[in-house]
Amino acid sequence: MSTSAVLADHEVTQDSEGELVSLDFELSEDQTMIRDEVRRYAEERIAPGTAERDRDHEFPQEIIQELGELGLLGMMVDEKHGGAGLDPVTYCLAVEELSRICPATAVTMSVSNSVACWPIDHFGNEELKSTVLQELASGECIGGFGLTEPGSGSDAASMRTTAVRDGDHWVLQGEKAWITNAGFARYYVVLAKTDPDAGKRGITAFVVPADAEGFSVGTPEEKLGLRASRTAPIYFEQVRIPASWMLGELGKGLNLALATLDHSRLGIAAQAMGEHRRALELAISYAKEREQFGRPIADFQAIRFQLAEIAVELEAARTLTLYAASLPHGHKDAGRLASEAKVYASEAANRAVWKSLQIHGGNGYCEDYEIARLYRDVRVTTIYEGTSEMQRLVISRHVLNG
Amino acid sequence: MHIELNEEQRLLQETVRRFAEEVVKPRAKEIDESGEFPKDFFHQSGELGLTGVCVPEEYGGAGMDPVSYCLVIEEISRVCGSSGVILSVNNSLVCDPIQAFGNEEQKKEFLTPLATGEKLGCFALTEPGAGSDAAGLITRAVRDGDDYVINGNKVFITNGTDADLALVFATVDPEQKHRGITAFVVPVDTPGYSHGGHEFKLGVNASGTTELAFEDMRVPAAWRLGEEGEGFKIAMSTLDGGRIGIAAQAVGIAQGSYEEAVSYAKEREQFGKAISSFQAIQFYLADMSTEIDAARLLTWKAAWAKVNKKRYSLEAATAKLFSAEMAQRVTNKALQIHGGYGYTKDYNVERYFRDARITEIYEGTSEIHKMIIADWLLKAS
Repeated sequence: MSTSAVLADHEVTQDSEGELVSLDFELSEDQTMIRDEVRRYAEERIAPGTAERDRDHEFPQEIIQELGELGLLGMMVDEKHGGAGLDPVTYCLAVEELSRICPATAVTMSVSNSVACWPIDHFGNEELKSTVLQELASGECIGGFGLTEPGSGSDAASMRTTAVRDGDHWVLQGEKAWITNAGFARYYVVLAKTDPDAGKRGITAFVVPADAEGFSVGTPEEKLGLRASRTAPIYFEQVRIPASWMLGELGKGLNLALATLDHSRLGIAAQAMGEHRRALELAISYAKEREQFGRPIADFQAIRFQLAEIAVELEAARTLTLYAASLPHGHKDAGRLASEAKVYASEAANRAVWKSLQIHGGNGYCEDYEIARLYRDVRVTTIYEGTSEMQRLVISRHVLNG
Repeated sequence: MHIELNEEQRLLQETVRRFAEEVVKPRAKEIDESGEFPKDFFHQSGELGLTGVCVPEEYGGAGMDPVSYCLVIEEISRVCGSSGVILSVNNSLVCDPIQAFGNEEQKKEFLTPLATGEKLGCFALTEPGAGSDAAGLITRAVRDGDDYVINGNKVFITNGTDADLALVFATVDPEQKHRGITAFVVPVDTPGYSHGGHEFKLGVNASGTTELAFEDMRVPAAWRLGEEGEGFKIAMSTLDGGRIGIAAQAVGIAQGSYEEAVSYAKEREQFGKAISSFQAIQFYLADMSTEIDAARLLTWKAAWAKVNKKRYSLEAATAKLFSAEMAQRVTNKALQIHGGYGYTKDYNVERYFRDARITEIYEGTSEIHKMIIADWLLKAS
């Protein structure tokens, strides 16, 4: 199987003569087992319909249900709240495997894990954890995250959605844009201004159920890629939320959102890794089959060197991402590394897919070949959950102030 | 997966950094300009155990692991690229193969003084007509009784001007191509051995690069490392380890230039504020930090693989290729951030920029590494 083309995966022997060094780049048995399971599931169950779902813009509803049954929708949530209680490295490996086969499925899954479960798990009260989180983490339903607005992207603090206190409730008014899983999510983590004069200190997070009165979903976006994932605006028309569904502290919503994105960007790095790896596999098999000038194009250095470049950057992206994921919560380098992994993995994946398509020549430009879809799918990785530019700003702050 | 330096490694890192700052750095600029080989520094490194980092203690080494070795080379290269490669060659290209392929006598006689830093080693593989195509070397070794008589020329030999011992590769039968190549440990006072003058180079100018000539040089068979015809294997497996050292050197050079760039960007004012407040500069620094982190991890991973895997050519090639290319980009940006000042000899980034350039060439060019990696990819899948 061509998946062995992942450099990190080749055989390890433990019969070393020297002493073991303290660093361990090897995955644990559990991590390997879960990765293999997800890989098998993705190849057998997801792969056959990927092209069709992309063509028809069809949301992978059934697959998502199955991912829930497999415990992949609340991977890092504690078991007592319905999750699988796994570590971030395992989570990244699962996202990578799904993304290798179907990035649209991967992002649907990673959004529910990273930006719905995670903030509720870390900032929610017991009521939210035992109800909303339980449903999300056990895979009964999926979640979404409402931060971005038409006029408020990277500049999240400029949002205009408001929440006004009314007795035991908050009343939300406004709209959010480009919401992944919109219309399919049962719960959304939503950021709104509770004190419009307080700037970034006047933002608060809430959990909004999709069946709340006044909540509605707009027309899905026609996207360049990830067509089987759902992206749409969501609207709040005087939506009443119980006060106990406020997430975290009043006025601390932006911190909550940024902490969530700090965490979730590793999921996007992992998504990019999966696409990158697939681009390499496709390039290798095409280069071996395609003959020109009387021999496979894999014989030509121009092609071989591109394969090597794709592979080396994949190895760099994976090592950086898995290292960032392995750092303990609160480690001094964790924030910088997460952003480094996100910006590097996403940009490297874009280069890799570009080169892979180039190796495919005219065929790669036709949708009959998987690389064409991948070329569209990979593009968003440098944009969502913090653009490359925002990652560089974050990194440079660490560099200059650290 | 758990990637964190242990207590011993952190202590080593601190010790080497202090040594580098106090002893190596003050002379880095001067030896770069004069080309003077820092032999005294080499001996001092030996006292700290940096000349035979992975050599077992019974042979005079420090008995440490390959990740510790990476830390040593990175810290030294962070202040002086020349000193970094001098140590890397002695450790990886001379100590390592004698340790791996030498017999007990050879280890006692040759390895111990190299590991303690009493003697300096060099690695004599490359020839005027045999660079990347090492199997095409034409230096001849002809058996004569209990001796070999060696004739030929070597070029670009790091440490060559000041070495005490040379690991020499010669062919006993050119017809057999790589299967004829044989390795010898040769003290430089052996009659018939001579070296040329200092080769002035673009960068790493104090690393004693020169050419060697062997004229009817008679060496006893007891100095042969491994069997006849085993030399190519010795050279290639040695270079796998060497590449980890060069990757660490590239990381160190890049790290040094990056630190200079961060502090310069904070101090330098234009348009009424520090240039570090401009996004263009911030983004350069962000990219430098990202790529250095990735390269360092790949280098550690290769060092880890050296301990944990039978073959680590792929990890070594990956780390070396990525780190060397990274060092070009990072030192280039560091110089760019310094503007006109960076182009002058008054600032260290000018030297880092020149020193980085060689890492893409020696111990396997970037192109050779791409060949290695592509071959593996196409075979493995």
